[in-house]
Amino acid sequence: MELLSGADMLIRSLQDQGIEYIYGYPGGAALHIYDALFRQDEVKHILVRHEQAAVHMADGYARATGLPGTVLVTSGPGATNTITGIATAFMDSIPMVVLCGQVASTLIGEDAFQETDMMGVSRPVVKHNLSVRHPSEIPEIIRKAYYIASTGRPGPVVVDIPKDMTAPNERFEYAYPKKIKLRSYSPAIRGHAGQIKKAVDMMLAARRPIIYAGGGVILGKASGQLTELVRKLGYPITNTLMGIGCYPASDKQHLGWLGMHGTYEANMAMHHSDLILAVGARFDDRVTNATEKFCPGARIIHIDIDPASISKTIDADVPIVGPVDAVLKEMLALVKDSKEKPDAEALASWWKQIDEWRAFHGMRYETSPDVIKPQEVIEMLHRLTNGDAFVTSDVGQHQMFAAQYYKFDKPNRWINSGGLGTMGFGLPAAMGIKLTHPDDEVLCITGEGSIQMNIQELSTCNQYKLPVKIINLNNQALGMVKQWQDMNYESRHSHSYMESLPDFIKLAEAYGHVGVRIDKKEDLEPKLKEVLAMKDKLVFVDIQVDRFEHVYPMQVARGCMKDMWLSKTERV
Amino acid sequence: MRRIISVLLENEPGALSRVVGLFSQRNYNIETLTVAPTEDETLSRLTVTTTGSDRVIEQITKQLNKLVEVVKLVDLTEGPHIERELMLIKLKATGSQRAEIKRTVDIFRGQIVDVTSSVYTVQLAGASDKLDGFVQAIGTSGVLEVVRSGVSGIARGEKVLSL
Repeated sequence: MELLSGADMLIRSLQDQGIEYIYGYPGGAALHIYDALFRQDEVKHILVRHEQAAVHMADGYARATGLPGTVLVTSGPGATNTITGIATAFMDSIPMVVLCGQVASTLIGEDAFQETDMMGVSRPVVKHNLSVRHPSEIPEIIRKAYYIASTGRPGPVVVDIPKDMTAPNERFEYAYPKKIKLRSYSPAIRGHAGQIKKAVDMMLAARRPIIYAGGGVILGKASGQLTELVRKLGYPITNTLMGIGCYPASDKQHLGWLGMHGTYEANMAMHHSDLILAVGARFDDRVTNATEKFCPGARIIHIDIDPASISKTIDADVPIVGPVDAVLKEMLALVKDSKEKPDAEALASWWKQIDEWRAFHGMRYETSPDVIKPQEVIEMLHRLTNGDAFVTSDVGQHQMFAAQYYKFDKPNRWINSGGLGTMGFGLPAAMGIKLTHPDDEVLCITGEGSIQMNIQELSTCNQYKLPVKIINLNNQALGMVKQWQDMNYESRHSHSYMESLPDFIKLAEAYGHVGVRIDKKEDLEPKLKEVLAMKDKLVFVDIQVDRFEHVYPMQVARGCMKDMWLSKTERV
Repeated sequence: MRRIISVLLENEPGALSRVVGLFSQRNYNIETLTVAPTEDETLSRLTVTTTGSDRVIEQITKQLNKLVEVVKLVDLTEGPHIERELMLIKLKATGSQRAEIKRTVDIFRGQIVDVTSSVYTVQLAGASDKLDGFVQAIGTSGVLEVVRSGVSGIARGEKVLSL
């Protein structure tokens, strides 16, 4: 058997795991590992400018491909800088392995230079973390880390590696484990057959059914099964912000997404339904509004890989623990075989009602002859990219506009920090996608607040030639904060105004990119076309949009699903 | 409602902190906590007593089960079970108090395990409310120091918590 140092074993393990890219930043405790990285070319390393961005890059890659991302950083500040990124991935169940250097095991606990208890610091925001206690354990620990990160409900796994574990002069036998089995960890591989049967019977007997799908459908690669089942049943479907793309938005059965900024028809249909089939969604507070007023007439079937997500905030009548693809496949087979059919008359009158809601509101906004509306920028981008781009976003109004007006027909294309709501996520996530999808259009839709949270990555984009398109919806304010202040604090705009914004055009140019400013409505289409035609350039597009726009619909706080503001003056 | 949850945990560094961290992270209550290795040295057994609504208890057991190092767990309060807690209590014992304390210790089936001219140290095992009863019977004025182990529990009958 081959003898390798801990550092070489680590890199070899990554190779054997099939890892192509890692994102990171070197430092003292990780230097043995970086040296091993230098002596090979199978695993490619992308040097970021801040560790948080490395994690978001890995995250963007994981969301677009469904494969775990990988990060490598040093101890202390290198490790703590990853925490926001790890928490972002944790909240959205994104598979990821974060390899952190650590001071030598002999120094741990002595407050050594760049020492942080990364096991302790990361614990609340990881699916699991592992510490290397002997170099020979490295291959098994790496195998275990990827296995845990990418199975069951996925999530980030941190591996803490003291520097002496990777010392070049100590060598050990290397073998990468083919299989890993943990007696304390066995995710469900199928749902309970009896529960599935019961659920299907309920579904077929329902008169006002609705399917409520979440990010779990995308993570579980079950869009195909879901689409087939929904079409077979002919029922309306809505999805969460994280579930966008799990069912084609252009399809007539799709009601748009639901919740705080969801569509009128989706929220109305949820509230008036008599049966909700929840698939890989977790009844988050941004969806349910006040839980005690949630959908009073509905019985609930809840499919989730994570038992703890079931009956956490809303009680399920039929809980089904299992992978969504397997469960939906069984459901589809039962629906096809069943002698019972959905009640056509009830369904027709349910659709008639839904179509009335659609006609009443749908998605609409007031246009203006001279001011650029953020919504129209998104609609235009959708048209110009044929609805086929990867779209990342940061957090705030631009995120909601992008999710509302870019109609996604495919999964894994809408990439945003839904659970944690991390500003600064969009650009590095877009970079992670562009790196592995060079021929696809990758848009980062952002605002002048969010983009400044990881703007240093324009430098990384220059180094690796990552021609993403940054669409900065510049309203010169922290728009969502300002909207809440308008609605709840009598327009006292406490610290939501961005004074002394940089000249983004010059800034882009300083980093070696192209900057384009759009401030006239008539320039919007021709300039966006020019921007999209610059295939091999990163273009920073600074668009001056309406400073006073709000995101609607918006649920009324502490109300039920159907209590919404539809504009600044209309409340239902 | 008060519950006793018994957990088999991988006997690894950091495993306990995950359990304790989970309780504080998710705003659950820990009343008592005991932990020690089992006859299989790769496993620890942890017993936690907690209170909460049915929904909270369901979440606690589900979230505990999600921890990668938790091998198995059982809510002992769901069935017949035995619970025991050990208390060592140091009491002021002079003059006529000495006989009185001795009588009370006998009634509670405890033992005096250390004696000085002015102090008795008493050992008492039982369900938590029995220990509370003893302290109440003695009266707090005579109590110098109390140490309690936290609850350990086991199911009655054939039912076992093992691999």
